[in-house]
Amino acid sequence: MPQVNWIALCVFVLLFAFITWLGFAAARWRKGDLDQLHEWGLGGRRFGTVVTWFLVGGDIYTAYTFIAVPALAFGAGAVAFFAVPYTILIYPLLFLVFPRLWSVCHKHGYITAGDFVRGRFGNRWLALAVTLTGIIATLPYIALQLVGIQVVVGALGVTGSGLAADLPLIIAFAVLAAFTYSSGLRAPASIAIVKDALIYVATFAIIIVVPWKLGGFGKIFAAVPPHKLLLAVPGPNSAGSYSAYATLALGSALALFLYPHSLTAILSASSGRAIRRNAAILPGYSFMLGLLAMVGLFVIAAGVSDLPQYAWGFKTFKNNFAVPALILHTFPSWFVGVAFAAIAIGALVPAAIMSIAVANLYTRNIHREFINRQPTDKQEAQMAKWVSLVAKVGALVFILFVPTKYAIQLQLLGGIWIIQTLPAVMLGAYTRWFNDWALLLGWAVGTFAGTAMAVATHLSSTYPLSLGGYQLPGYSALYTVVLNLAVVIVLTPLFNALGGRQGARDETLPADYGV
Amino acid sequence: MPAQNGAPNERRNRSWWYLLFLVQFGILWPPFYNKAAPALLGIPFFYWFQLLWVIVCALVTGAVYVLTRRQ
Repeated sequence: MPQVNWIALCVFVLLFAFITWLGFAAARWRKGDLDQLHEWGLGGRRFGTVVTWFLVGGDIYTAYTFIAVPALAFGAGAVAFFAVPYTILIYPLLFLVFPRLWSVCHKHGYITAGDFVRGRFGNRWLALAVTLTGIIATLPYIALQLVGIQVVVGALGVTGSGLAADLPLIIAFAVLAAFTYSSGLRAPASIAIVKDALIYVATFAIIIVVPWKLGGFGKIFAAVPPHKLLLAVPGPNSAGSYSAYATLALGSALALFLYPHSLTAILSASSGRAIRRNAAILPGYSFMLGLLAMVGLFVIAAGVSDLPQYAWGFKTFKNNFAVPALILHTFPSWFVGVAFAAIAIGALVPAAIMSIAVANLYTRNIHREFINRQPTDKQEAQMAKWVSLVAKVGALVFILFVPTKYAIQLQLLGGIWIIQTLPAVMLGAYTRWFNDWALLLGWAVGTFAGTAMAVATHLSSTYPLSLGGYQLPGYSALYTVVLNLAVVIVLTPLFNALGGRQGARDETLPADYGV
Repeated sequence: MPAQNGAPNERRNRSWWYLLFLVQFGILWPPFYNKAAPALLGIPFFYWFQLLWVIVCALVTGAVYVLTRRQ
């Protein structure tokens, strides 16, 4: 069992205390009436370019990302680098589609994808499908952020058995729940600034110090076994690792902004212009993610997984211990505290935003739609606050009592499910041509097929598709959204002929999408 | 099917957007960069090329932003 690293722990706790204060103080930032749902749930839509950069960046580059991507590089090698093309492809999408969504949502007071779909297509069942998908896909993701905290707390040497082992996590979580309840989206926005600064500092420190200590990049990459260094060259009649890599990148890119927490962060921006500017400057995070993926390879070269003092960590957290071990091995204790605080805080920001997004969805698109149709502003905001709390408690309970691998598998399924909302949400921002029932059926087919593919491959993300004897292993999410879209395109003219014109049920106007 | 905004300016600007897509598709061809040589500072081509691509794409997006902004 490891010893507690006291200096690191002190620095860690100090930084944590600072951001706790910040989370509560944030309620007074850009002051607004937090009893209004759009103030609590979207920060009053007042975040300019710079704050949006920190918020969206902090939201999409989560603690889980910083632990899991290097862990994958450490374990599987080059394929983990799919995170780079993935995070390259998201920006054109952000630039083209989301200012339109921002504009129409701002105009009509929509705060969720469910609101938008309801207004655009006039079909409450389609909106419900989109809403439920969003909620179910996000919950395991919140749970996985808590795993990030568990790993760094374990790495600090804070261990115990039973409830004592879970206490740090419960404390972190209680802090998160409290300031989210009081300040809403302003809390993670303010903390994101601190967190991202710490993450950049930590990443650059690692990328400079570790190669310097290990004798240069050449030596590091020479220590990586050849089968991990590059993608495996596909055999005959197969696109092998190439199609897997490309489809993982493209599919993940399409899915990312469909997640409710991404949309929440984007809708909180003050203008479409702030979003477009961010599409050009957010790639800074992609670059950092690429560096982190390489760091996973540094861990191989540093040989920390063979050292006895880290054996406990690797045994408990498996490959997720790669980056914490490297940090422990390379840096003085005080910096270890800083880096680990960055990761832990990096879990709180997305967890906060994700729980707010889920709360917004439930409050507007389930509660207001089906239960209480005329809530007062205060009732709405209050309901959202409670739901966000429930979502977080649920995630905590899940992580404490259910093996982590289930959270990982659910999150994988979540990616396959959320991408099925692409036709309604992303394409719906461009055209009303699709028939709403066709969209619902396409969504159902895609969801069912995706789940079936995942189960058939024992919850691996790639499906070995075979077309005329040629193997195209690829990301199930991408294949099934194509199927989904095909169904929608075929059924739209059919349903329109059967059911009459759809144009009447669209409360938006083309001009609403202009920015 | 994008919304018609009317002014002829918009139609001329829209053609710049296709630049973005070319950049995207470039990165989706792993066979092109799945090699170790030439290395840069000891980093294999596979890695530094994709990192460079991040910078290139950011510059392209920035350029499109400037070029399509309403004056």
